[in-house]
Amino acid sequence: MRPFTYERATSVADALRRTAGASREGERTAYLAGGTNLIDHLRLGIRETDRLIDVSHLDLTEVTELEEGGLRIGALARNADVAAHPLVRRTFPVVSAAMLAGASGQLRNMATMGGNLLQRTRCVYFQDLSTPCNKRDPGSGCSAIEGLGTYNALIGTSDSCVAVHPSDLCVALAALDVTVVVEGPLGERRIDFADLHRLPGDRPERDTTLERSELITAIEIAGPGFARRSRYRKLRERASYAFATVSVAAALEVRDGQVADVRIGLGGVSHKPHRALRAEEVLRGGPATHEAYAAAIAVEMEQARPGPDNGYKVTQLRRAVPAVLSALTEETA
Amino acid sequence: MSDAATEQGRDRARVDAPLKVSGLAPYAYEHELEDPLFLVPVLSTVATGAITGIDAEAARAVPGVALVLTHENAPRLALPTIPTLAVLRKPRVRYRGEIVAAVVADSLETARYAASLVRVDYAAPPSGPDVRLDPEDPGVRPLRRVMGVYPGQHTVGDVDGELAGAAYRVEGHYATPVNHHNPIEPHSMVALWHADLGPLATVQPRSTRLTVWDSNQGVVAPQGVLAGAFGLLPTQVEVISPYVGGSFGTKGMPHPHVMVTAMAARKLPGRAVKVALTRPQMFAGTGYRPETRQRVALAADEQGRLRAVDHEVFAPVSRVIPWVDPTAGPSLSMYASPTRRVSYRAQHLDIGPGTFMRAPGEYTGMFALETAMDELAREMGMDPVELRLRNEPEADPESGRPWSSRHVATCLTEGARIFGLEQQQQPGGRREGEWLLGMGVASASFPQMGMGPSLARITFTGGRYVVSMQASDIGTGAWTVLAQIAAQALDVPQDQVEARIGTTDAPYAIIAGGSTGTFGWGSAVVEAAQAFRAEHGSDPAEGATTRARTRMPQGVRGVRRMAFGAHFAEVAVSEVSGEVRVRRLYGHFDGGRIMNPRTARSQLVGGMTMGLSGALFEESYRDPRFGHVVNADLAGYHVAAHADVVDIEVGWVGEPDPWMGATGAKGIGEVGIVGVPAAIGNAIFDATGLRLRELPFTPVKVLEAWESSGPAPAATVR
Ligand SMILES: Cc1cc2nc3c(=O)[nH]c(=O)nc-3n(C[C@H](O)[C@H](O)[C@H](O)COP(=O)(O)OP(=O)(O)OC[C@H]3O[C@@H](n4cnc5c(N)ncnc54)[C@H](O)[C@@H]3O)c2cc1C
Ligand code: SF4
Repeated sequence: MRPFTYERATSVADALRRTAGASREGERTAYLAGGTNLIDHLRLGIRETDRLIDVSHLDLTEVTELEEGGLRIGALARNADVAAHPLVRRTFPVVSAAMLAGASGQLRNMATMGGNLLQRTRCVYFQDLSTPCNKRDPGSGCSAIEGLGTYNALIGTSDSCVAVHPSDLCVALAALDVTVVVEGPLGERRIDFADLHRLPGDRPERDTTLERSELITAIEIAGPGFARRSRYRKLRERASYAFATVSVAAALEVRDGQVADVRIGLGGVSHKPHRALRAEEVLRGGPATHEAYAAAIAVEMEQARPGPDNGYKVTQLRRAVPAVLSALTEETA
Repeated sequence: MSDAATEQGRDRARVDAPLKVSGLAPYAYEHELEDPLFLVPVLSTVATGAITGIDAEAARAVPGVALVLTHENAPRLALPTIPTLAVLRKPRVRYRGEIVAAVVADSLETARYAASLVRVDYAAPPSGPDVRLDPEDPGVRPLRRVMGVYPGQHTVGDVDGELAGAAYRVEGHYATPVNHHNPIEPHSMVALWHADLGPLATVQPRSTRLTVWDSNQGVVAPQGVLAGAFGLLPTQVEVISPYVGGSFGTKGMPHPHVMVTAMAARKLPGRAVKVALTRPQMFAGTGYRPETRQRVALAADEQGRLRAVDHEVFAPVSRVIPWVDPTAGPSLSMYASPTRRVSYRAQHLDIGPGTFMRAPGEYTGMFALETAMDELAREMGMDPVELRLRNEPEADPESGRPWSSRHVATCLTEGARIFGLEQQQQPGGRREGEWLLGMGVASASFPQMGMGPSLARITFTGGRYVVSMQASDIGTGAWTVLAQIAAQALDVPQDQVEARIGTTDAPYAIIAGGSTGTFGWGSAVVEAAQAFRAEHGSDPAEGATTRARTRMPQGVRGVRRMAFGAHFAEVAVSEVSGEVRVRRLYGHFDGGRIMNPRTARSQLVGGMTMGLSGALFEESYRDPRFGHVVNADLAGYHVAAHADVVDIEVGWVGEPDPWMGATGAKGIGEVGIVGVPAAIGNAIFDATGLRLRELPFTPVKVLEAWESSGPAPAATVR
């Protein structure tokens, strides 16, 4: 671990001022929130910084109601608190369920909302300094394409990187209407959740569209509508405390046996939380049956490009998506 | 045998439990020493080759760095008998992750940072490293012996003839992956060379030159290795290891960090040098259970009596230490059969060596053999318990020697009754929603080896009996059980007895290995107690002391000693995800006399938990391009979480074995893990009709088997 200075920001403006000052002096900075991902990376040498700017004490932890039942969640609210929050549980059960499916109790007590969005891939080669990895060391090559491929992405991969985004929370957010509120040197910026994370392309070192000094201050989830009826299902190798092989977040509205509206977020399939737009499209207005759900995910999977080791993820999704949607259908009936 | 020793073992809480749960039991790294230094090793990033240069300037320049140790400045030592310990001798690399340098600094953070600045240049051999597993490689060779004692090639009778003409016959290819031990406490150690002893001290046998606080399975191993390397007498090396946070075999023999830390301390006399390996460093250089590829063929007559047992094993071995597990061992002794063939082949690779890991050989071999037995039972339409009962051997099939005791039949029938074993004629018929349910059974065995005698000393002081020996408690309960055995043998309440173990300042004892501790050390304790009473009577004077050694019954070489058991599993397999959940596991064991039901239960439940974990999750992926394990931490290498271990229970026969020495106890540290993966795999077959022959049974394997076995299951079409 490289030596660095530790400083505690007193306000959002103070945090931004410190980063601006550092960059003028050619110093690198990192915002510290819960630290559950960043500290590991500093220790392992995946990330180096000159100045660690602790934002975890900033007053950005509230969960407040927006019009039409939407919610604004402070970026520094802890995952455990948000998952247990009555408003969140009532309005967006899928968000609460996704968070509770992640990590462990201890980690959720530390992890923040903003940190969860910005956590980096768990690709083993990314974490092993002795192997090539384009994300960690641009241009060095991708070890995962021909290596341990069980957890690799299916959709939106590139020759440079086949890593997946590991967050559970983000899969739920991908299925909802979410805006990420960030504060930067030029003031506030509002980013559509779908535009926050990137596909790897030939710049896999960039996970998101955030600029270096930008600070996430809140996540806004628009009025729930039918998302009150939503579910999260995580498929993993052991019963708890493991990242998903794949996961499904879904919200469904059925009227007269027809799919009135549907949202599907998929985890473990791409470099960014994946919204299954093609499947949604196929389903809207069609019959609310298991067969239709199976057919829709099959359409979605047409774009999947599995490698030698991760074809099972396609099978998992083709079985899990219909199972989740059918369970939601039964709930409605 | 004294009356006291035949008294049934009592349920006792661990004497060290209060210290451990309150965090006061000092583990190796935690011994408080003045002004310690911290060592961080630098590992090679190539699998083979020459080191052409080490640039340590930047590391040395970091404030707080006391030493950068490389082959250029390391003390010259005698060549160690364990080849992996020949570190920092030559500018060469023998496997990826070998220690090529080490940094010592006044804080762990500084040492770690400086270690990241050490630049090592390598020249790769022209042919590149040889790290890819390939059973067809021309370099694959048959083995003559395995672990020095097992035959590498062994044939009795006309196996091929029997297989060709058999009424029933099954044949399968099985595979088991690399597993790592992953004890909770990492390998750690503190080394202190005593300064200012004066020139004469060197030649005084009783003056301690080097003190080591180490995490190990027995203090003799680091003591012997370090004394040998540094040209000291064993008595000049003191090893202190009262508490060890798990081992499972990986702390049986010292690993390179022990040597490197002692070398660093040698150059920094008077300063304690601490090391604790990180999880990835443990994956790189502290041994593992090697992978196997196996072929098992069984032939049986109309009644289900075996006519042939054929077991072939292929395994990779390290060029540094050619470690091979005796995987086909169970096929030599488990079942009666007129013909039998066992053979091993190995491929030599540029990889770090494997080592003992809980039930080495039996664990991997019984997976194949007990799965094959289930396949045979299915093939015949016979009850799997009945099939096993029909093949119970009168005497050890390999040696012809009578069993010291063998209660396999009781384990199977009692276990099946207690568990409620009920299998389906036609797999796949029991379901709860998307979950298919099934049950399975498998037997377990583990040989009881003589590891040589240990010594125990009993001293009466301050109104208490102190039992001291070099024995080690790696989480087994030795602190408690040895005191209990002594109390029983001395016929005094347990609170009048205190054990003193885990230090070289005690009579010699063998290491905690091969499940021998309780009966081996225990026998020495009983002998010492009896000798003590004979010498000092029942009212001993202060300071009265007596020593005795392990004694096994006359003629023990004429019998075959093994621990046995039977496992029963109930699983649920999700048609949606391919996840396997073990709902219940029950094991019934023949472990001789049970000395303390509480610690015995925890050994057996622990073994079964590890077996469950190995069956479903554990797999170290050695990248064939690089030669090292890349999922080298506990996020990448899955061990069972609490939620995976729902209901594990054990029972036992409890019959003392007179051939096990004064305790009548068999070793139970390892038998608990043996056979568990087969029982779970057999239950998966009962649930789904899928026969999985490769560990671990991950969703990938289940779904791939399903996809290739025909139509999609019902749940996906509802
Ligand atoms: C063992 C383990 C298991 C886990 N299992 C799961 C799992 O199953 N599912 C899952 O979803 N997650 C899992 N996680 C990941 C965990 O959810 C993340 O580590 C956590 O959410 C990160 O939040 P944090 O506040 O600790 O972030 P930090 O570690 O503090 O920060 C992470 C990154 O985000 C940046 N950052 C943080 N906050 C802001 C902000 N407000 N604005 C701008 N930048 C910011 C930091 O600079 C850093 O780059 C696991 C983690 C561990 C260690
Ligand atoms: S998949 Fe991405 S993160 Fe993984 S090795 Fe390749 S470039 Fe690195």
